[in-house]
Amino acid sequence: MKEILSLDHVSYTYESEEGEPRKAVDEVSFTVWEGEWIAIVGHNGSGKSTLAKLMIGLLFPENGKLNVFLEELNVDNLWDIRSRIGIVFQNPDNQFVGSTVQDDVAFALENNGVPYDQMVPRVHESLAQVNMEGFLDHEPHHLSGGQKQRVAIAGALAMRPKLLILDEATSMLDPQGRDEVIKVVDELKRTTGLTVISITHDLEEVLLADKVIVMNDGKMMMSGKPEAIFAHGDELEAIGLDLPFASRLSRFLREEGIAIQGEHTTEEELVNELWTFHCNK
Amino acid sequence: MDISLQQVGYSYALGTPFEKRALKEVNASIKSGSYTAVIGHTGSGKSTLLLHLNGLLKPSEGTVRIGDVNITASTKAKELKEIRKHVGIVFQFPEHQLFEETVEKDIMFGPMNFGVPAEEAKRRAHELIKLLGLPEDVAQKSPFDLSGGQMRRVAIAGVLAFKPSILILDEPTAGLDPRGRKEIMELFNKLHEEEGLTTILVTHSMEDAARYADQILVMHEGRSVMAGTPADVFSDAERLKTFRLGLPRSVAFQRDFEKLIGQPLDKLALTEEQLAFEIAAALKDGER
Repeated sequence: MKEILSLDHVSYTYESEEGEPRKAVDEVSFTVWEGEWIAIVGHNGSGKSTLAKLMIGLLFPENGKLNVFLEELNVDNLWDIRSRIGIVFQNPDNQFVGSTVQDDVAFALENNGVPYDQMVPRVHESLAQVNMEGFLDHEPHHLSGGQKQRVAIAGALAMRPKLLILDEATSMLDPQGRDEVIKVVDELKRTTGLTVISITHDLEEVLLADKVIVMNDGKMMMSGKPEAIFAHGDELEAIGLDLPFASRLSRFLREEGIAIQGEHTTEEELVNELWTFHCNK
Repeated sequence: MDISLQQVGYSYALGTPFEKRALKEVNASIKSGSYTAVIGHTGSGKSTLLLHLNGLLKPSEGTVRIGDVNITASTKAKELKEIRKHVGIVFQFPEHQLFEETVEKDIMFGPMNFGVPAEEAKRRAHELIKLLGLPEDVAQKSPFDLSGGQMRRVAIAGVLAFKPSILILDEPTAGLDPRGRKEIMELFNKLHEEEGLTTILVTHSMEDAARYADQILVMHEGRSVMAGTPADVFSDAERLKTFRLGLPRSVAFQRDFEKLIGQPLDKLALTEEQLAFEIAAALKDGER
């Protein structure tokens, strides 16, 4: 397996005018492998956005080592490394530059001097990957939130990135828009093997990830597969995180005296468990 | 104050080539002291509707009645000012509207604009800082030095400061983390109960609508298409689907569970706690 990104005891402190410096990232270490989908979760202020800024070189670690594509990120290789990373931010309205969908997707290609005859097929291909190929000449501000974020993802994909970072990309969308975006990212991952790092509060998104990293007070509190993470329900709630619906319902059922066996993170699993319970009594 | 809408229609850019009909024949009745959730797909007219509820927009057709004031197309702007003293709106991302040098001044701005003396406004600001669970020392800080969740609380305090009896909330938890969402929703619920407010919540969250509201209004393509208690509205999954709306997760799970055991539960469970109770009752029932 190829390494895409690694953090080795990375720390970062914000200096504040009012004296007390705040350690936003504290000795964090983890590795992201090619093709993985990583979800980073944590309450507001837990350090997850600072992590994202470190990954794309908007900030540099004060301690520790951060490698992207096996190179230590520094001012010299920054631009080259960034050209291989796609990023989609939270607010769909703040990341449009083109007056039509296809102009917008072509923007980065133009900036990077991709010849016109290559640009056109790449724009079409990227929009097809997010199921927006029917919207080439639409004006971005007439799209729904979910459609806008999918166009933003297409803009990132057009640069053929090795790594896609989603920084709370679904948090401002309505439920339908969120589903559209998650579905597209899930498809991309399965069909292209793209590596995805998603900073998110959305549990449905977390459940689809290969690995979850839980941040609290700048530290990596735990990491592992979603099922393993959600087995620590009490600890997650104590740091202000939510649990998937099925986990929450399981707890209430236990409180009502129903002895649910094991940890169930999806509704389907929990219904099956209840069926077993129903049949065995 | 009761609110009622009779055959309300509204067109943006009326009489121009860009005219767009946003509301058509909307009817609704909101009783004083009730908690109403307005749900509907993006573009269903929810936001246009709420702008009518404090006279930010006047209906192109029909009548909006707030307390004993009727608002129609011909109502003068001057008459709307009185209504705005009674109706507070917390818009989406209300923290974008913060502007003063200190938190205290920002909260005082609304009441002072309505003629409340500075002393009184200041006293209210400090009460609200406490009520909203903000640390006492934020009063003299710049609102822009606070965290996102705290900024939102300050903005909400600014709306509560002129003591509205009707509180309108447009997606008040958008962009907050799960704990922040829960805290804010619980806070509004507490205010609703303790202050006897009439609360109107515009939301995409079927779970919040089911948990907090006692009445739901469904908007679709500019029309009011369904109204009733959460149990009524969420019993009709097929109809909601035609409006591109889903069920709260607890109701969806209840349906799956009922299919499994081949019989309906006693009640439609509007929260996870209720659902767990009903399921446990059904499972234990078989044991006897």
